[in-house]
Amino acid sequence: MVVLAQAGRKVEVLTGNEAAALAMKQINPDVVAAYPITPATEIVQIFSAFEADGEVDTEFVPVESEHAAMSACIGAAAAGARAMTATSSQGLALMHEVLYIAAGLRLPIVMPEVNRALSAPLNIHCDHSDTMGSRDSGWIQLYAENAQEMYDNLFQAVRIAEHPDILLPVMVTMDGFIISHAQENVELVETEAVRRFIGEYRPRYPLLDTDHPVSIGALDLYDWYFEHRRGQAEAMYQAPRVIEEVGREYGRLTGRTYGLFEPFHLDEAERVIVVLGSTAGTAKYVVTELRARGEKVGLLKLRSFRPFPHAQLVQALAHVKAVAVLDRADSLAAFGGPLFSETRAACYDLEPRPLMVNYIYGLGGRDCDLDQLHKVYADLSAMLAKGKGEPVVQYLGLRE
Amino acid sequence: MAEMLEIRWHGRGGQGAKTASQLLGEAAAGTGKYVQSFPEYGPERMGAPVTAFNRISDFPITLHCNIKSPRVVLVLDAGFSGKVDFTDGMPDDGLLIINTPKHPAEMRRELGLPPGKFRVFTVDASEISRQTIGRDIPNTPMMGAFAGVTKIIPLNDLIDDTRQKLEKKFRNKPEVIAGNLEAIARAAREVRGE
Repeated sequence: MVVLAQAGRKVEVLTGNEAAALAMKQINPDVVAAYPITPATEIVQIFSAFEADGEVDTEFVPVESEHAAMSACIGAAAAGARAMTATSSQGLALMHEVLYIAAGLRLPIVMPEVNRALSAPLNIHCDHSDTMGSRDSGWIQLYAENAQEMYDNLFQAVRIAEHPDILLPVMVTMDGFIISHAQENVELVETEAVRRFIGEYRPRYPLLDTDHPVSIGALDLYDWYFEHRRGQAEAMYQAPRVIEEVGREYGRLTGRTYGLFEPFHLDEAERVIVVLGSTAGTAKYVVTELRARGEKVGLLKLRSFRPFPHAQLVQALAHVKAVAVLDRADSLAAFGGPLFSETRAACYDLEPRPLMVNYIYGLGGRDCDLDQLHKVYADLSAMLAKGKGEPVVQYLGLRE
Repeated sequence: MAEMLEIRWHGRGGQGAKTASQLLGEAAAGTGKYVQSFPEYGPERMGAPVTAFNRISDFPITLHCNIKSPRVVLVLDAGFSGKVDFTDGMPDDGLLIINTPKHPAEMRRELGLPPGKFRVFTVDASEISRQTIGRDIPNTPMMGAFAGVTKIIPLNDLIDDTRQKLEKKFRNKPEVIAGNLEAIARAAREVRGE
């Protein structure tokens, strides 16, 4: 780690995992319960050293599985603690059952998640199959492009999760190895400023407040379950507003403002890529190259996949003629990947409706290079010339 | 598009190619550059050929794809010559910097590189590190050779930045600090072109 001053700002060279661990140290959660899994292991490994060295006040619980990690976080959060864990891939899959319980009990747990492919075949590298599998679990999902965003998103996640209108758990993702294990310049926020920004946690219905006893996790059959699920959905409907509010406030603090998505040369763009995660950075490079040649291309990098900001997305894409949605996950004979299905459904009512096609790419860490992204923009040109978006779903960077 | 330098390191598993890329990235960042450092994660085995990478730029780096056409290649272990293609994907004006006691012309012959293609440099980083640090750790002198050849990082800045970092780490071992700094300076001086 190197410290240097760039115009009075504190910058370190950190991997995504180091940045996430540092953010957790600055958050100083009451409880961290975790189980190691590549490529997320380092986050908790580094954090456990902070705990061992007395640099945080956290109760650190090394548990026997990811299911236990999330269960311990649920218990701690219900008791009134600010609880965190971190995981990836199979670990998230093993948590699946209890993810819904964390969300249904409206417990504002925050979890870094390092995107990795699911077995089999065994693979430790990046794709988004793991978090796409938990997209309906009731967790808010924020995707980071790089280590800086991972670091920044974690602070904002605490605020979003604990907001009285929300009270939902948040997973903050970054691409495995590509971001988690690569060092980049990361501009840090002073710990005092972080603590002021996230504020002191005041749980609303803590189990440990024995003067105000509550029941948590009661049986809820056909008389009220539906209404409670609707309440959970309402929190998710409110989340876009809160995500934007918190993102603006963070911008006032750091100069880095966050929204539901980041437009890049989107104004007056005719051909646009919609994508999540680190590939957005590579796509920015391609857009810059093509713009220098006068081509009307742009990019929409989605940050919040849950809630899916369909109304804002449609507004942002209303002027676009052709959209390629890139999915780093395959729903295996669904009609395209999950990002595509939702983006295309959201745009159905646009008049005129843009051509919308889907590329499944980068599974198991397959490199998404400049050539692949150039091909996508070229394909969109050809489709526009033909007036038809075909094939609707195809694979990118695959040997066939 | 703003100038950005892409670099590949070749070494043996356990030899410190990843550490070398991290040290170089940190040193470059210490001089105000934007950097990326990342290794290739495959089935790692001690002694097997491994690679690691850097990007160095005056502007923020958004690329997150692999490096396929590195302008600079640094070889920590020339023992793989003939088995690993050090110049794979390198542009014709690419710079190849090899840790070896041999002369660049000899390495060019050994690697079968056509005349005029690539520029070959050699430096005996292992011997320099044995003499200055007391062990065969070619990483640090290779950074000196990199600075000497490319001038991307001013040598004085590199030495200052390394001193600051080592002073924190080796407060009670001033000889380690002096040895590392001398290794950088010597390699920058002794690296030879054709």
